[in-house]
Amino acid sequence: MGAPTLEARSLSKRFGDRVALRELSFELAAGEILAVIGPNGAGKTTLLSLLAGAASASSGEVIAREGERIGWVPQHTALYSKLSVLENLRLFARLERVDEPEAAVSRMLEQTGLRERAHEQLGRLSGGNRQRVNIAIGLLAQPAVVLLDEPSAALDPRQRERLWQFIDARAQAGTSIIFATHNIGEAERYAGRVLVLADGELLFSGSPGDLRERGDTASGGAGDDLEGAFVAFLRERGH
Amino acid sequence: MYAIRWMLAKDLRILRRSPALSVLLIFYPAVVAVLIGLALSRGPGLPRVAFLNEIPPSESVIMLGTTRIYTSRYERQLFQAITPVAVTSRAQALADVRNGSTIAALIIPATLPHLLASGDRSAYVQVIYNGDAVNQSLVQTAIESKLAQANALLAVQLERVAGGEIDLLLSGGKLSFLGLSFNLLGLRNSAAVLRSVLSGLPRGSPLRARLAPVADFARIAADNLASSKAVIGAVGAPIVLHAQVINGRRTPLDFYAVAIAVTISLMFVCLLLASGMLALEREENTFERLRRGLVSPTALLSEKALLAGVCAVAVGFAMLAGIGIFVPLDWSRVLLWLLALAGGALAFATLGVALGGLVRDVRAASLLALLVSFPLVFLALVPSGAVAVSLYDAIRVISAIFPFKPALEAIDAAVNRSNPSVWIALAHLAALVAGFGLLARISLRR
Repeated sequence: MGAPTLEARSLSKRFGDRVALRELSFELAAGEILAVIGPNGAGKTTLLSLLAGAASASSGEVIAREGERIGWVPQHTALYSKLSVLENLRLFARLERVDEPEAAVSRMLEQTGLRERAHEQLGRLSGGNRQRVNIAIGLLAQPAVVLLDEPSAALDPRQRERLWQFIDARAQAGTSIIFATHNIGEAERYAGRVLVLADGELLFSGSPGDLRERGDTASGGAGDDLEGAFVAFLRERGH
Repeated sequence: MYAIRWMLAKDLRILRRSPALSVLLIFYPAVVAVLIGLALSRGPGLPRVAFLNEIPPSESVIMLGTTRIYTSRYERQLFQAITPVAVTSRAQALADVRNGSTIAALIIPATLPHLLASGDRSAYVQVIYNGDAVNQSLVQTAIESKLAQANALLAVQLERVAGGEIDLLLSGGKLSFLGLSFNLLGLRNSAAVLRSVLSGLPRGSPLRARLAPVADFARIAADNLASSKAVIGAVGAPIVLHAQVINGRRTPLDFYAVAIAVTISLMFVCLLLASGMLALEREENTFERLRRGLVSPTALLSEKALLAGVCAVAVGFAMLAGIGIFVPLDWSRVLLWLLALAGGALAFATLGVALGGLVRDVRAASLLALLVSFPLVFLALVPSGAVAVSLYDAIRVISAIFPFKPALEAIDAAVNRSNPSVWIALAHLAALVAGFGLLARISLRR
């Protein structure tokens, strides 16, 4: 395994007295797909915001490979609803200082299947289509690492499948992916590695198979799916 | 500058796609400018007042001594302050006031000539109001002002009558009464005659002892009566106003109103736009995306302040240009206008972004901007002497730490050449821009 594309070292985040993330460390390899799972309030969104640079850590650091960009797809669509799909993409392509903005915009319209809706105002699109634009903007600069916060939450099953095909193709091409999700099935199906967070603490880092084993052991029996194993694991750890 | 340019283009596009806001930005200055211009270029409308003159025509001329006083002349004086609606009876006057067709009734009682001529009691006119405090104040002020002028004119007439009669008593002359003419000797001549008679009498004459006090009385009476004439003149106008303006040129109220209207518009456009457009970034969740190094906080704040400032200067200038059609403004100072507008707009816009950084949505930003701006306007317009000294000092401090007062001073100085100078006001505004800029940076960290 080569040098990691992204590394978190002892990342902590406090909001006043509340600790949202506690001394979290991990590495991400090129082309790796990493799922971050955990109950509500576990610190998944906070972790992705810190990795994206959208928030600053109280302590610790995020190290990315020199000159490589990190793409970020936030949980809630972060777009201008009065602008069209094309105008949103163009604006962020320029703000991201993409080398050839028009070519990048055209490529993303093609890849996300939004070309026909390019001139529609964003506020008039469905939630699923808005999320596609949200994802497209995260990928505009062809980043080495893409962070997706619950990317499939607003999508219907067909759109979800297209999204994962798209993400998988990216990973095959060497892009590292981190996604946060409540959908344990998606984590099992698409992620090579899973991070389990609870109350800002990293409880587990390993493959979905390992997590299933740990969960089975905790519940005292085998045969549970990953979701059942995950719940048993959390219970065993007091969450 | 690269990021500011693209963000500015984006915000202008968003503004263009917000029809209500665009209409407001374009039509607001035009409508306000036309209204202010019309208000300042035309005289105020006179209140409609029911008018009843109960003096019979045969008694409308009052004789004071030998002088005739025409009551119709004073009637005309009162009509300068009102639009009279003639009525024929008190009942009709009351009905008109009650049903609102007139806002008051002015009745000149039949006893007025008699009271004026007798001098026993003060003559009076009667005014009936409809109970509306604002209307009552309007009519009362208008009528009292004209009544004061009528009284002054009457006092001059009375002084002239009294003066003529005192002269007759002092110096003598011809007096006409009931078609007959008399020659009046007068006190001074009486004293001279008596002195001449006294000098011709022998020293021991008993007549000299009896006439000497009479001659003395005539002399003293003549002296005192001469000085009483001057006293009557002073009573006619006991105190007159000699006005003097210090501290350079002051602004007439009409032109000050122009400066206030433009400053208020500047403030609203800036506060609402700057706070709203910054809050929009949070409402659309784009703030998190931008702060990832795409746009620095300083660039983001500068862009919003610039957008609001440019729009507000355009609105303010359009208002001044519009008002300039109706009232004479000094166009040779147009560069100073723009400078004052820019200084004021920048300070308001910086306050706007400081407020916009505190909230997460546009509605809250607008509400906050309105909540902050209204008290600022009221406080800045409180005149000295209207409240207790300590309270006024507190108001001055509060007004000094917010941009409305210095912006008003800058615009007033630029448009009306008032004091303090534009440059002092601009320096004040620059200090506020620095202060609120710092607060905006802190509020953006939330």
